Amino acid sequence: MKNLFREVLWPLVAVVAAFVVGGIIILILGDNPLTAYGWLLSSSFGSVKDIGWTLHYATPLIFTGLAVAVAFRCGLLNIGAEGQLYVAAFATAWVGMKFGGVATKVVGEGTAIADLPAIVLIPLCILTAVVVGGIWGAIPGILRAKFGSHEVINTIMLNFIGIALVSYFTQYYYKVPGDPIMQTANIGEAAYIPQLNQFLTFIPKDVPLNMSFILAILMCVVIYVFLWKTKWGYELRAVGQNASAAEYGGINPKKQIILAMTLSGALAGMVAIGEVMGTRHNYYDGFSAEWGFLGIAVALLGRNHPVGVFIAAIFFGVLLRGEIFVDAFTAKVSKDLGWVLQAIIILFVACFQKFTKK
Amino acid sequence: MGEILTIALLFSAIRLATPLIFAALGGLFSERSGVINIALEGLMLAGAFTAAVTTYQFQNPYLGFVFGILAGGLLAYIYAIACIKFEANQVVAGMAINFLMIGLPALISGAVYDSSGSTPQIDKVDQLPNYFNNISLASIIAFLLIPVCWYVMYKTPFGLRIRAAGENPQAADAAGINVLKLRYTAVIISGILAGAGGAYLSIGQSSLFTRNMTAGRGFIALAALILAKWRPVPVLVACLFFGFTEAIAIQVQGASWAKIGGEDIPVQFIQMIPYVLTIIVLAGFIGLSRAPKALGIPYRKEN
Repeated sequence: MKNLFREVLWPLVAVVAAFVVGGIIILILGDNPLTAYGWLLSSSFGSVKDIGWTLHYATPLIFTGLAVAVAFRCGLLNIGAEGQLYVAAFATAWVGMKFGGVATKVVGEGTAIADLPAIVLIPLCILTAVVVGGIWGAIPGILRAKFGSHEVINTIMLNFIGIALVSYFTQYYYKVPGDPIMQTANIGEAAYIPQLNQFLTFIPKDVPLNMSFILAILMCVVIYVFLWKTKWGYELRAVGQNASAAEYGGINPKKQIILAMTLSGALAGMVAIGEVMGTRHNYYDGFSAEWGFLGIAVALLGRNHPVGVFIAAIFFGVLLRGEIFVDAFTAKVSKDLGWVLQAIIILFVACFQKFTKK
Repeated sequence: MGEILTIALLFSAIRLATPLIFAALGGLFSERSGVINIALEGLMLAGAFTAAVTTYQFQNPYLGFVFGILAGGLLAYIYAIACIKFEANQVVAGMAINFLMIGLPALISGAVYDSSGSTPQIDKVDQLPNYFNNISLASIIAFLLIPVCWYVMYKTPFGLRIRAAGENPQAADAAGINVLKLRYTAVIISGILAGAGGAYLSIGQSSLFTRNMTAGRGFIALAALILAKWRPVPVLVACLFFGFTEAIAIQVQGASWAKIGGEDIPVQFIQMIPYVLTIIVLAGFIGLSRAPKALGIPYRKEN
């Protein structure tokens, strides 16, 4: 119990401190911090519609937060979730088009490979998101395990490479001719996943919350069970706590590093399910609002625990939803307040970790 | 192919390498002392924004440049407190600094100039002066800094102490060096240099600050530092090489010669070169790139 208290206390202190600093900045800019924060809360929790939007914004962050947390538990820092989710999103859109009966006539033939029914196409697309994200995560894992090169630098580099690569494919092969926007054609309708308001009628029609939110909750449970109730998860955490002791105890750290990074990439790749199959129905260049990087903040604030990640993701969802209204209804403060608050929270959480370690 | 290697391209490469040289040299000081610097991007943005605002307000680019440098140094000091005093995870704290500098300049310019996308345009006459072939004063400073940094790093007691703090802080401490103070100094120097690189972007290369205008240059500078194996002279070579790839990438768009077998050379592949090279070098395929031994490890005095 005392342990839980300490786990929760410092992240809370960091959040409160960040809001105090943010409030001072708002004052200096010439607005009333209480008014700004009031809008932040009322626009994200004020009605069923607002809550729906907040959860919609939180969904990709649950996936990326879990992704970073799993790697963290193995002692690795995955800064590459952004690249992983981009590559996965493009691949998912590609499968959704090519196997969903969509002819992409940009260069040469561009005919569809198949026109599969939803019952086959949806699992195929989900599998693509998971596998491709996993592969993009596995690369820095293998590089770390085989060559000892640092995953932080490699994941940063792979972000740039991945984003440039899918931008190339989009621009040269899968863009709708004449479309000024860098985006692919729409995926086949059979690949669309249901919106939650189709089942839950109390959710208003204009809230884009889809099935991926349910999947995100499910993944929190799965990751919890994996990390704390399975042998593999135990070994993964053992490597994270003390790699040489784990090796002495008969665990192969290299195997665990590759496993953790693959799993991390796969979780980041799941962002594609909600965004490509649920919200946009295509691949759009620049679709992620730095979710991969925000995942680091989510994992950190959530103390790398699935329950913490879930709560932290919703908290960041509040910022993403609320900043739009703060921008519109205050004289001076713009949408960028969200970035500043996020940055200060990360900095404080990182600093206060010194106190939780003891 | 002959058309590629024109004099114009060379000068373009020098201009594009300038912010990278500043930032990479900054990273050199910080990382040689044992502090990872993922925050170069944010430090550059701090310099770029402050320089643009100061130059606009006072119509004086020199004042702008100095304030840009100070802003970089100040932000680096905050970063240093997090990393050294609080022993925060250096990568995470660095990301926080980068996030802060995406938001804070936009927030301020939105409130002051009613435009969160960019600061007001600076008159052409108020930009940093250019000399022959549009080479900026800042570019000349950047090139002069290479021998200066080499000298400081290898020929002065201060440089020796920095290297000692990054390689073996315990031994350095035993020899009477104040490791923590040294790391603070090194990180602040890195902020000053990265700030100068950012200032060049906003008041030398262009005439205003735009949101996130560094566009990953802090990370390319980091890549250059790794390729250069944390040494000043190779930093120049790596930055010039990356300047060249960027210059070519700019020229490729729509150029008639940029074709292989009738197909365009996609600009994305040229942009990828620095990143792919870094991964290859880090994996040890082209000689071994070894980081300072104590890089990323907070130092705690043992009592």
